[in-house]
Amino acid sequence: MSLAPDYLEYAKRRLGYDHDLYPYETLPKRAPIAWPNGKTVAAWIVVSLEWFPILPSDTPFRAPGHMQTAYPDYRHYTAREYGTRVGFYRLLDAFAKAGVSVSVAANSAIAERYPSIIRDVVAAGHEIIAHSTDMNGTIASGLPIAEERALIAQSLDTLEAVAGTRPRGWHSIARSQSFNTVPLLKEAGVDYCVDWANDEAPWAFSNGLINVPLNHELSDRQILNVQQQSVDSYAEQILDAHDWLTKEAEAQGGGRLLPLHLTPYIIGLPYRMDAFEALLAELAARPATWFARGDQIVDCLGGPS
Amino acid sequence: MHEGAPDPELYDFSPYRGRKPLVWPGDKKVAVWVSPNLEYYEIDPPANPHRKSWAKPHPDVVGYAHRDHANRVGHWRMAEVMSKHGFPGSVSLSVALCQHHPEVVADGAARGWEFFSHGIYNTRYSYGMDEVQERAIIEDSIRTVREATGQTIRGWLAPALTHTPRTLDLIAEYGMDYTCDLYHDDQPMPVRTASGDLISMPYSLEVNDHYGFFIYNMSPREYARTLIRQYERLADEAENQGGAGGTVMCIPLHSYLIGQPHRIGAFEEVLRHIAADGRAWITRAGDIADAYRGQIA
Repeated sequence: MSLAPDYLEYAKRRLGYDHDLYPYETLPKRAPIAWPNGKTVAAWIVVSLEWFPILPSDTPFRAPGHMQTAYPDYRHYTAREYGTRVGFYRLLDAFAKAGVSVSVAANSAIAERYPSIIRDVVAAGHEIIAHSTDMNGTIASGLPIAEERALIAQSLDTLEAVAGTRPRGWHSIARSQSFNTVPLLKEAGVDYCVDWANDEAPWAFSNGLINVPLNHELSDRQILNVQQQSVDSYAEQILDAHDWLTKEAEAQGGGRLLPLHLTPYIIGLPYRMDAFEALLAELAARPATWFARGDQIVDCLGGPS
Repeated sequence: MHEGAPDPELYDFSPYRGRKPLVWPGDKKVAVWVSPNLEYYEIDPPANPHRKSWAKPHPDVVGYAHRDHANRVGHWRMAEVMSKHGFPGSVSLSVALCQHHPEVVADGAARGWEFFSHGIYNTRYSYGMDEVQERAIIEDSIRTVREATGQTIRGWLAPALTHTPRTLDLIAEYGMDYTCDLYHDDQPMPVRTASGDLISMPYSLEVNDHYGFFIYNMSPREYARTLIRQYERLADEAENQGGAGGTVMCIPLHSYLIGQPHRIGAFEEVLRHIAADGRAWITRAGDIADAYRGQIA
């Protein structure tokens, strides 16, 4: 038994990455980022606002949170809708109470089906970023480039028509991209994506598109659903992260990013909301915190090149 | 190993009771070594017929970016708290990191860390290799680490824990001292090989940060408590009269996990606790191998 000879050939074994998507840089050696008013931790909330068709698609893959039972999966269809109808409005109220503006990553199907939600988001001063078409709009290599280009355009155009402004940001479902996604987002005029969770600071791809890393490890989905920890533990972990980033920014200089990725049908449940509101109040009370939308973070960098 | 036999015959049975007690320098009770895995995962690796690399079609953005966090951010956080509390690293190294991100390797070397091989990439598996191919990755590992750090590697942790039946024989033949791939004991033990003199160095899956966070789904603070309990128990047992003597505790880490902002603070408290306890010999894998060999010779 042996492997094909090319299994021991390493064509991309070189200084830097094994790809040219973005350059390597390290936190300690990076030019420090300054957030407004001397703040050191940008607390960036992203809420995913999603519509799951009761007929799920597995092409190129089935989105996390999608239908699970045999048809008709009333259980998951309606539980996801609960997040959109009820949980999301709890979150909007909580943000208003704490005086926080956020980024809302919306499927364009939300704009088509429930345009009043988009208007409520915009009226409250939040930012809409594009989150594909609906939860069947997943992206991965193997999706033909023309289909991916059309999916991106449909999402942006539909959201723009209802929101009144074109989304500047993009969040792929499950943060999954193809090798075409970064060039296609640039081509579509998007300023930033959030999918590459490799840092606590924003950075630029080689083509000028900005990436604002939306850490999946700090998401409500990861901590509450995947790892099945309590909302109290979730809040404690976010505050521990805030403590660390504050201390690190003081010692080393430069702003840090603390992304909170929220899902209305997960964090927006009655038994979790009190703890979440207390977390927001605690973050707001800390002098280091700058609650920022994604567009504000990108504009701090001088905008996309 | 005895290929094809139900017992691979890697070692003799030796119960925890009735052993000649091991003694560590300074009469310390538990040898604590921290093993950062400094890895490189390729974005578009070739397929191995015996194991899939990424879960998604390439690029698997979540998987790749998560590992990339280690080399951009996590390493520096983890390394700083280790140095601050006096813990050297014994590095499980994807040796191609010496080419991709020499900054990371140089940082470990400057801190006095020891390096052993974890294969070329953590996306190139040994399954299915013939002997010539496996010799090539061993020789590449020895050469690459020597050129990057001046060190001659003394140990091996198979890339992504993928082995062939001849791996242990080959690394022993190349003069390596220890393997981190066997999990049968809390003390070093001799390994039976065709040639050479190999020992098993207790590494750990159970208190590996990957297991803690993704097999057992622990919160950062639960994982920290787990490490302290593991340490306290191994130190207590080593103090038992008539027991097996000095024990070994390894803390295997991946800085894209432990170096996350919500985890590193709780982990620092573990290092503070162990350093303050007084019973720990805080050391490196090669030093444990030397102390062990001095007692079994």
